[in-house]
Amino acid sequence: MFLDYKLPDMNGIEIIEKLGEHAKDLIIIMITAYASIEVAIEATRKGAYDFLPKPFTPNELRTVTRKAAERILLARKNAQLAHEKKQVRFEFIRVLGHELKAPLGAVEGYLELMKTKTLGDNLDSYLQFIERSSIRLQQMRKLIVDLLDMTRLESGKKSRNLVAVDLRKAAENAIELATPAANARSISISLEAPATLSIMADVGEIDMMLNNLISNAVKYNRDEGKVMVRLEQTADNISVQVADTGIGMSAEEQQKLFKEFSRIKNAKTANILGSGLGLSILKRLAELYEGNISVASEPDQGTTFTLTIPLSKCAEASTT
Amino acid sequence: MQQVRTILLVDDDHDFRTQQKVMLEAHNYKVIEAENATAAIEVLNHQTPDLAVVDLMMEEHDSGFTLCHNLKKRLPEMPIIMVTGVAAETGLAFNVKTREEHRWIKADALLEKPVRAEQLHQEIKRLLKE
Repeated sequence: MFLDYKLPDMNGIEIIEKLGEHAKDLIIIMITAYASIEVAIEATRKGAYDFLPKPFTPNELRTVTRKAAERILLARKNAQLAHEKKQVRFEFIRVLGHELKAPLGAVEGYLELMKTKTLGDNLDSYLQFIERSSIRLQQMRKLIVDLLDMTRLESGKKSRNLVAVDLRKAAENAIELATPAANARSISISLEAPATLSIMADVGEIDMMLNNLISNAVKYNRDEGKVMVRLEQTADNISVQVADTGIGMSAEEQQKLFKEFSRIKNAKTANILGSGLGLSILKRLAELYEGNISVASEPDQGTTFTLTIPLSKCAEASTT
Repeated sequence: MQQVRTILLVDDDHDFRTQQKVMLEAHNYKVIEAENATAAIEVLNHQTPDLAVVDLMMEEHDSGFTLCHNLKKRLPEMPIIMVTGVAAETGLAFNVKTREEHRWIKADALLEKPVRAEQLHQEIKRLLKE
């Protein structure tokens, strides 16, 4: 809106005042022959975007208009981004709702069958129902725990305590944690690493990343399979590589991998518990260290995840 | 003696299948399970179910719709009950009562999850004219 300062019944600043809240959605450029710095300041304070003193050349008009137009475009772009962010949030909540409702429905269904004593009076007939119900609830709990982890990461509220962490020791701990599940299916876990490998990091975050990678490698492995954990330091990076001999993924499946709730559902994963959030969390954690996580996989051959953290970041962290 | 009717149960949720199977067997139906659309079509190569219960949402968002079309192509006379858990949260409400809806959705009845056992049994009896 081009607004002249001197009008028959009131001046331009009075109009801006009358526009009140509406002025916020408008880009107002004041035009006046009574150019004074005071008028310019007052108009800007009241909500005018720019000021154009009369007489002006077509070129001046063009420049002012272009500036205003660029601002409009920027504002629209920001609004669009905010809108998209909101949509992503809605989609997340929608899928989350679905993921939480599914196990609830399953447990309710089993309870209904028990309540109506569909299989008779003997409790033993229902043991499988009880077992399945507890598995579904366990899965629901895992989803909620992962969700809370992720929310904490996103909000930036999680307090981070950066100290020198021995990555080898951390990997040994993570392997120990995964060992019972691995032993149950005769899966062996090996570690190849320098005697010590220090990194400035938050202990909790490092544990979360290693546990996530190693437990995945066990979960998605075949019986009697292998998990190989390799830690390495190069000139620029520290890398953590976790390879398994498991079910693997097609190229198409790999693309969806780091998206929230994009848990790959097929006959091979049907009986493996997972929240669908683990890898999104891992990716976010890696980003905190300006690191990168990549995947290489071959169906029925295995999968290798590689986490790379730049050394410069580790050094930088040490001064924080 | 009344002949045993066969019901094809298609759902990717293992627990949902188990529950419906137990319930239907208690009502003397024979149940064939299929965990996805491909397996369901494969069943038709060996058997001719009297009725199918199909979940709308399987791996692909519309695979239930597509499966209904394909089942009807093979067995036009077989009634299909579509089960869905998505209508409430997406606002994607639909029905199969008008002719227009029937043109698009090849199901004879629609039930929302959680499906009550008795409700499913009533629909099956109605469609099989028992």
